[in-house]
Amino acid sequence: MDIVEQISSMLFSTIHDVLPITAIIFGFQFAVIRKVPPNLFKVIIGFIWVLLGLSLFLLGLEWCLFPIGRLMAMQLTDPAFIHAADPVQQILSAVSEIDWRDYAWVYLFAFMIGFSTTIAEPSLMAVAIKANEASGGAISIWGLRIAVALGVAIGITLGCFRIVIGDPLHWYIIAGYIIVVLQTTCAPKLIIPLAYDSGGVTTSTVTVPLVAALGLGLSESVPGRNPLIDGFGLIAFASLFPIISVMAYAWFSEAISKRQQRLRQTIENISQSDEEKNNAL
Amino acid sequence: MRGSLRDLTPILVVILFFQLFVLQQPLPNVGQLLLGVIFVILGLTFFILGLEQGLFPIGETMAHAFARKGSVFWLLIFAFALGFGATVAEPALIAVANEAATVAAAGEVIAATDDARESYANGLRLTVALSVGIALLIGVLRILKGWPMQWLIIIGYIMVVIMTAFAPKEIIGIAYDSGGVTTGTITVPLVTALGVGLASSIRGRNPMIDGFGLIAFASLTPIIFVMAYGMLI
Repeated sequence: MDIVEQISSMLFSTIHDVLPITAIIFGFQFAVIRKVPPNLFKVIIGFIWVLLGLSLFLLGLEWCLFPIGRLMAMQLTDPAFIHAADPVQQILSAVSEIDWRDYAWVYLFAFMIGFSTTIAEPSLMAVAIKANEASGGAISIWGLRIAVALGVAIGITLGCFRIVIGDPLHWYIIAGYIIVVLQTTCAPKLIIPLAYDSGGVTTSTVTVPLVAALGLGLSESVPGRNPLIDGFGLIAFASLFPIISVMAYAWFSEAISKRQQRLRQTIENISQSDEEKNNAL
Repeated sequence: MRGSLRDLTPILVVILFFQLFVLQQPLPNVGQLLLGVIFVILGLTFFILGLEQGLFPIGETMAHAFARKGSVFWLLIFAFALGFGATVAEPALIAVANEAATVAAAGEVIAATDDARESYANGLRLTVALSVGIALLIGVLRILKGWPMQWLIIIGYIMVVIMTAFAPKEIIGIAYDSGGVTTGTITVPLVTALGVGLASSIRGRNPMIDGFGLIAFASLTPIIFVMAYGMLI
């Protein structure tokens, strides 16, 4: 009974969230386009699936992932855990120098949680499916998803490192922008808009709550950091680095396919010249 | 179903690994946990199903209908309304706006009363929604005109860098983060389908080169607008 109640309340809040979009879409459809879409019934069923799916998804996350994820972020950033190997350090931690190497587990957790939540991110799946379709299969769904997930993982890890070190956020972001601009000049043209897009799609339902918890926990536990100022910024990292990693992925896969082509050509040339030799004999 | 399970496996592995080997604590509430996992898998499966049946087709048919109708004015109005409407109710944005209000109150930018905080948070939300609306408008205009993506983005980056130099320090982190939180799980598929649909129904446009990029605008303009908001208030 309780479960049904929770599902229905989650469903209700999801419907509430998507009501404006639905109103705009159907409003324009009927008032401006003035045509009933060809498969209206199927589309409505599709919307119902999306609503139901999203509600179940969010409720499931609320039950299994978010509490554990938040708890783990807290436990991993707890000074008692970080300096567990060195009790003297534990007492001195408030006054002594911060050593960024103490936070190794935090970086590993940041990397792995960034990667794994991005793989499960529904909006990234949507974009990957669409990109696969639009490119006629040239961009593989999994290739894109893994490239983006690696970008998020590296971004969040670097973001955690920044919180520990205490550097200003904007230097990192501006450096990232410069890398993006440089990459844009040499990346394959087809990938550029998709790469830029992949920065925005990575951070939604799954990633944001966990990453925000990690940032807040870390900035609370590192001495001298203010959670109100230093706790932000991880999402910015997570939306910048996928741009870099997707362009790098495209660049690599183009380079590899070019090399294979060249290799194939040389093999063909060799066998051709062999044939010619045989013919001559 | 099997696909959703595979998508979820990495998270489960990470959590189990850290819980059992690093933190060495027992898992709390295993029953509810398992039920949650099942819900997530079911939810993801339903979502993908509905995506292919509902969100993608409606985005595409609307793009084709607008392209055939040839009314640029209504298309741009639609793009703006979609961006604004999708963002103003986005739960992640509401959360970030409230946090930003707390930061502003702590930094003595606004009075530390609930009224002041609420009006600050609402103002911020409207600012971000406005910026996403404008982003989609510019993005659709770009698809129609065939402008190259990278120049617009680089102009945006330059604006971000310039604004960073002048914006109050407290707002910078929130501004940078706000770019990532605006685009929700329903908005992304719709907007992507709209862009690709438009690009494939206009002659001379390539769905890969011109169809993508709307989301990128929607995650860049909020950074600029939120810093502007911080400077004005």
